Amino acid sequence: MYVYDDFDHQFVAARVAQFRDQVARRLSGDLTEEQFRPLRLMNGVYLQLHSYMLRVAIPYGTLSSRQLRSLARIARVYDKGYGHFTTRQNIQFNWPALKDLPDILEELAAVEMHAIQTSGNCIRNVTADHFAGAAPDEIADPRPYAEILRQWSSLHPEFTYLPRKFKIAVTGATEDRAAIRFHDIGFAVKKNAAGEIGFEVHVGGGLGRSPFVAWKLRDFLPEADLLAYTQAILRVYNLYGRRDNKYKARIKILLHEAGRETIRDEVEAEFAALGDRALTLRPDDVARIAAHFAPPAFETLAAESAIEAAAAARDPAFARWTGANVSAHKVAGYASVTISLKPEDGVPGDATATEMEAIADLADRFAFGHLRISHRQNVVFPHVKRDDLPALHAGLVAAGLATANAGLVTDTITCPGLDFCALANARSIPIAKDISRRFADPARAAEIGPLDVKISGCINACGHHHVGAIGILGVDRKGREFYQITLGGDAGDAARIGDAAGPGFWPDQVADAVETIVDTYLSLRSSPRETFLEAYGRVGVAPFKAALATLGERT
Amino acid sequence: MQVVTANRLIDGRVVFRDAEGRWVEAFAAAAVLTPEAAAAAIAAAGEDVAARRIVDPYAVALIDLDGRPTPATMRERIRASGPTSGSEAAARADRARAA
Repeated sequence: MYVYDDFDHQFVAARVAQFRDQVARRLSGDLTEEQFRPLRLMNGVYLQLHSYMLRVAIPYGTLSSRQLRSLARIARVYDKGYGHFTTRQNIQFNWPALKDLPDILEELAAVEMHAIQTSGNCIRNVTADHFAGAAPDEIADPRPYAEILRQWSSLHPEFTYLPRKFKIAVTGATEDRAAIRFHDIGFAVKKNAAGEIGFEVHVGGGLGRSPFVAWKLRDFLPEADLLAYTQAILRVYNLYGRRDNKYKARIKILLHEAGRETIRDEVEAEFAALGDRALTLRPDDVARIAAHFAPPAFETLAAESAIEAAAAARDPAFARWTGANVSAHKVAGYASVTISLKPEDGVPGDATATEMEAIADLADRFAFGHLRISHRQNVVFPHVKRDDLPALHAGLVAAGLATANAGLVTDTITCPGLDFCALANARSIPIAKDISRRFADPARAAEIGPLDVKISGCINACGHHHVGAIGILGVDRKGREFYQITLGGDAGDAARIGDAAGPGFWPDQVADAVETIVDTYLSLRSSPRETFLEAYGRVGVAPFKAALATLGERT
Repeated sequence: MQVVTANRLIDGRVVFRDAEGRWVEAFAAAAVLTPEAAAAAIAAAGEDVAARRIVDPYAVALIDLDGRPTPATMRERIRASGPTSGSEAAARADRARAA
């Protein structure tokens, strides 16, 4: 992974010292809350429903065991003993005291982490495929490009006060696992006929109050032009993006209102006018960054593991876990492992300090100390020897972290909702817990197969409900929580916004509604191999709507 | 009726204004006020804002629930009593194990 150089260390240390001074001036009264608010937000500090909240970036989801131990320590010493992994590959601490925040940031800086640009109208944490560097369908590791974008965009003076926040995602694989079509810019690494690396460029995707699938701006942008072209897009957005209405300020609205072709022409003209190409990436620059992401020393192994096969034959729980949580790796004899943070009756994405330490220890024993945080709010070990899977599984069982549900109905994406968030209209976590209990039988969840349930507590859509196969949106209905359901959303290559499935439900009806949807799918699928989304694509929303209409009074 | 609430500056915790003008964490200890008295209490709270004790004081509307004054909205009920569903319990057990 990327290792800070002297400049990076000084840069982050200076920022911590600056914030320490700002907090001291706030506490001494030299700064009013009005003056201090934008300063704290630039350091990822929000004032939420119950307390301050600190959002720490995990760049492109890549984390070391040492960093995870530091996060665990921060959770234990300065917070209430846990942290919350978010849908943007960040971690949030829900209860830090303002007086402690400079010390927390100093501890983060010691392990090369910070909270810069995790808030505000700037370029946010660049996200990436959580199987980056490991997936068999990878054309090139996306993380060097994400790191180049991160360095270029860090405190970029021209792009610190954009009309609104700006999110970039990068995938290097043929299958999009990073939801790139729902970001302000999504890059997909491609190779041209000459074998050269470049990017398919998608612009203007997003969720929230006005969801849009991104528009493809370029089929193949040469690698060298990554930064120059990104700058051209940002400049056009910065110039024309609306600043009069925050709900219409994202680049997706600019594309929608000004017209895609108009904006494309402006971007291409700006890109052409950049002329001197100061931002052109040289191959040695890319190689220097890519060297940080060199793979670990893999052994030469057989593709199949007799040890794994024997364990699977002996232990049905292990077999179920490998079926759901173990993914193919590009190197023979290795696998990527998803550690689910969605146990029955748990809070999706939360990990206690003890759990984080257990994960860090297991990462050191079985995964070269390498970890990823996925936008699906789980932890990933990218590189695990298949022979080690039974021992890793035993370690996870001992730590209470062996839930075998990755990608299944109980692996919900869930925002913090009204239990924590000042913007929310309804709670999300209790709904996720209801669903986790309703489908707790692992055999049943496995029979249902891949099914993305995504829950947001307000229209801002941090829980990605628009792109859930089953999307659940909490709203305020005359002072009561109420939940609207959408069906058929897809965050991947077949990017699609879900369809409304009827009027909606009170909190205690939501799990019934999800079960009704699942039962309807099971009754109409052409075979157990036809996934929910495939079946939905074939039959549409009507049979589901009809089944939901039988669920009693809902107005 | 209303109560006056704010966040404590130094640690962000939710606090309520009691009958003596102190800021307390327990909702039950909050002074229950008429809208006029609440407006006066918010004006008086300006001193506590200036003294860096609290930020953003505002009034919370109450309803009568089984004879007890209760915040009228779900948001304020959760704010007054804490998350209804979080990892605090797991973390408490975690800390007990570590101790």
